[in-house]
Amino acid sequence: MRFYEYESKQILRDAGMPLPKSHFCTTDAEAEQAAADIRGPVVIKSQVLSGGRMKAGGVKFADTPQEARGLAEEILRLRINDLLPVGVLVEEKQDIAQEYYAAVTWDGRAKKPVIIFSDMGGIDIEEVAESHPEHLSRTHFSALRPFSDYIAKQAVADVGVTGNDLNALTRIVAGLARIFIERDMTLAEINPIGKLADGRIIALDCHMDMEQEAQRAHADLLNALGLSADDKRQARPPTQFELDAEHLDGSDPRGVAGNLTEFDGDLGLIIGAGGGSLTLFDAVRAAGGRPANYCEIGGNPSVNKTRNLTKLILSRPNVKKIAVMMNVVSNTRVDIVARGVVKGCIEAGFDPAEKITIFRIPGSWEEEGFAILEKYGIPYVDRSVSMDEAARLAVQNMDK
Amino acid sequence: MAMFIRVDIDPSVQEDMQLCQRLVEVCPVDIFETVGESNVATVEENLDECTLCDLCVNEAPGRVHVVKLYREG
Repeated sequence: MRFYEYESKQILRDAGMPLPKSHFCTTDAEAEQAAADIRGPVVIKSQVLSGGRMKAGGVKFADTPQEARGLAEEILRLRINDLLPVGVLVEEKQDIAQEYYAAVTWDGRAKKPVIIFSDMGGIDIEEVAESHPEHLSRTHFSALRPFSDYIAKQAVADVGVTGNDLNALTRIVAGLARIFIERDMTLAEINPIGKLADGRIIALDCHMDMEQEAQRAHADLLNALGLSADDKRQARPPTQFELDAEHLDGSDPRGVAGNLTEFDGDLGLIIGAGGGSLTLFDAVRAAGGRPANYCEIGGNPSVNKTRNLTKLILSRPNVKKIAVMMNVVSNTRVDIVARGVVKGCIEAGFDPAEKITIFRIPGSWEEEGFAILEKYGIPYVDRSVSMDEAARLAVQNMDK
Repeated sequence: MAMFIRVDIDPSVQEDMQLCQRLVEVCPVDIFETVGESNVATVEENLDECTLCDLCVNEAPGRVHVVKLYREG
């Protein structure tokens, strides 16, 4: 679950982090009152789950409450990446001398959380990593042992920060790391952390994502923010394609054939198995393919469920072909998935031999599955062909 | 319309009311249904869900046959 900035800041505030005064407002009148309460110049920030707010005109500065009201009215009506804001954050404007960046996220390869810290905050961190790697530190730590402040200190000191700034930043970074671990975040980021002209160091903007599976464990935090533990808020509202997939997955309790995310490519994907979906999606892209969707199948979905998912994906006008790929399966049966995709193709009016670029699901009941694929002339490979190679073949066969 | 599986039921099965009931009970994917008071029939839309578990075949050896259409000619 992705949090709005005002929610993320509340989480930081509850953890004792230094922040500017701010008020979340849903009307221009509230924004005027908030600016009056702050008694000074303010920044008005669109509360929308999208990047690029500044460029899109979603962040503006006001010197008076009246000006704040006018700007809030504009921002509340401004769509950013097609999303309307849920409100604006009216915050005291700061005189910033230096900006820093801090984030805690998971490093999938290291299988550990990592602190990323930079003394070049306020800009795209990927750009800093590429152009100024000496200004960025990466510090891994254990998710199992209690977090110690010295790890945060190391992360900050690694880019050359010393003295009082080191101490102040260490407190912020350590607090961020503890929130990340204790609240099961997938990302906790403050960008920028600002060193003010008077020497104070505070969090100016932040972004947090909570692991969806952990939401119920943090019902206290979510309820305090006015959210439900079952809230499925995503970075954008689901498309009709995604809602249809969710409906068909929920209509049959057998296995999973859903969790679909729409993309604008031409290769429909029916993928899954123990992290296989992510691996295969990335592999298709690495091979130059353009996925039309991400999805997850597993837990032995029924023939009917796989058939309906196949038909749904093939109903998209941009989908030229589909690839059916999984890791080696144990509880999902190859023959059941094969029946589902073949049936889905035929019922959608297509020849499965032409529509399926590759079928790569080795494992349980593969002999029966492969017999079905042979009967219908569908190109398939077994476990001797890696997922990477299967993804490459899927992309290569798009033009056949 | 089933594409992959056909289930053949010997006419003699229809004379055994208890057997008909057991076929309905044992199938994990509801391929059998009772028709009237004693007859059993297959549910067309569920045939392709057959898990090839042979529970029905074991209930009526030689009288219920599960045919894999994709293995034929």
